[in-house]
Amino acid sequence: MALFEAHRLHKRFGRRVVLEDISLAFADGRISGIMGPNGAGKTTCFNVLTGRYAPDRGRVVLDGRDIAGKKPHEIARLGVSRSFQMMNLFDEYTARENVAMALPAMRGRGFQMARAAAGIGEIRDAADAALERVGLAGRGDAIAKALSYGERRALEIGVALAAAPRILFLDEPTSGLGTEATARLAELIRRLKGSLAMVLIEHDMRFLFELADEVSVIHWGQVIARGTPDELRRNPWVQRSNLGKLA
Amino acid sequence: MTGRTAPPADRDQARLFPPAMLAALVFFASVPLWIRGVGLYEYIGVEIMIWATYALAYNLTLGQTGLPSFGHGAYFGVGAYAFGLAQHGIAENLWLCLLVAVAAAALAGAAVAAFISHRRGIYFAFMTIAFGQVFWFVAVKWHSVTGGEDGLLKIRRLPVDLGVAAFDVSGNEAFYWLVFAAFALVATGLWRLVNSPFGRVLRAIKQNEARASFVGYDVWLYKFTAFTLSAGLSGFAGALFAQAQQSAFPDVMSLHWSGIVVMMVLVGGGLVSFWGPVVGVAVYFVSRDVIGAATTTWMLWFGLMFMALVLFQPEGIAGAWRHWLARARARLAAAGR
Repeated sequence: MALFEAHRLHKRFGRRVVLEDISLAFADGRISGIMGPNGAGKTTCFNVLTGRYAPDRGRVVLDGRDIAGKKPHEIARLGVSRSFQMMNLFDEYTARENVAMALPAMRGRGFQMARAAAGIGEIRDAADAALERVGLAGRGDAIAKALSYGERRALEIGVALAAAPRILFLDEPTSGLGTEATARLAELIRRLKGSLAMVLIEHDMRFLFELADEVSVIHWGQVIARGTPDELRRNPWVQRSNLGKLA
Repeated sequence: MTGRTAPPADRDQARLFPPAMLAALVFFASVPLWIRGVGLYEYIGVEIMIWATYALAYNLTLGQTGLPSFGHGAYFGVGAYAFGLAQHGIAENLWLCLLVAVAAAALAGAAVAAFISHRRGIYFAFMTIAFGQVFWFVAVKWHSVTGGEDGLLKIRRLPVDLGVAAFDVSGNEAFYWLVFAAFALVATGLWRLVNSPFGRVLRAIKQNEARASFVGYDVWLYKFTAFTLSAGLSGFAGALFAQAQQSAFPDVMSLHWSGIVVMMVLVGGGLVSFWGPVVGVAVYFVSRDVIGAATTTWMLWFGLMFMALVLFQPEGIAGAWRHWLARARARLAAAGR
């Protein structure tokens, strides 16, 4: 059984059916990709998998445990972490404080009221290590909103990784990045490979096909194709659609 | 970057008595020495410290957690009434009555927080107003308990019994020191709290609720706890106020007075500074007495000042001070080079 599985998920908003009978499986240590046209339901799928919305029907299973309908913070504590398509940081905090918030050590201390957070060296060190991992060493004291776009993207992933997740969902991590930053991101993902499961929603097909072990294509709220990048390159639907042209 | 030397802000946060705290405490401790010399009197110091305690407690929701509570007078008032009722009905013991006041206000706060902690923004604000009005209405109408519009009278300033010695605080000079001790206690306690891991989480929630919950914080529980603590401490200030006035009235629970504490906090700069609420309260009461001595329309002038601040300096007096300091520092650095 895979680390993370979704069984026959259904989700509708009012009369609009967004997810119709979606099943997915993400294996530990592997990189999975999700592609599909705009409005296909990819982000909604992430939102259901990470607890923002409860599915109307279906199961979400992490390591044999049904987590569908649990709150985002409960799912996060079980080792599911995510980044967002829209930038999502603690803007007034420094880069270090941003990653520190996500550290399990900090989470465990959340209700400590009688000691100074700034005095906890262990958290400071772990936060600096988390920044170094995403190429932000030495930027710890910079306020998040003052960072460059590329640095903010890196910080987002740093925050998601600081939670020490077992599975990491990245929603369009390359969006808005230049070629150089995209290459750095690809390198980071390659470096992380094997230590946790990763799932990427991505429009940049070259990026996705280069990194992913397996890709699922979502359209009209359904999985219409699934396979390795090589298999999908030969898939007639992918070839016909705009998605295939770039790959 | 010199490795492990913490930036100045971190250093202050780690201290229990940073320079600003010492300055505030020294300032308030010196008030009885000179207050009459400038034509004022001790009681204004009592008022300022009580309302500063209240404003600091209130700012735990507005400034620290980003929760717009516009009905906080309810908890201040519940504390005041509970103090008086405990004194009349249970025992004339300062500690017991203060405990009852804090517990009653915290309980009222918890009951409201349980209903509204899943909300935010304007919806949260409206719910706090509605609940605040409920408490105010009860205080006005439940005549047999609260005395209604006539107020709950004959609340005594209870002696401070420390076991080895008891101090009479019925005079304003002595009462000043009780209030000073209470203010110092709440200010240091809240300073520690807002700079603790718990406080960090609250400010994270203020900045980005979704991100906070997706990194694993139970946002509802944090909001609930912050609101309850804030209500309890507001009730503590209310209990002091009941003693100061030797009575409790429903008007402090009205929407009007709940709004005034918001205004004090914003004028002072509570959104950007821990000390903003204290500054705002001091400016309010000193304006009342100084401008009020010259004209009965002082509230008009205070209101105009509030509008000017909102328009030109939305971060309040503390924000303006911070900008000025930064500019002065830059000038100094330029001159030194």
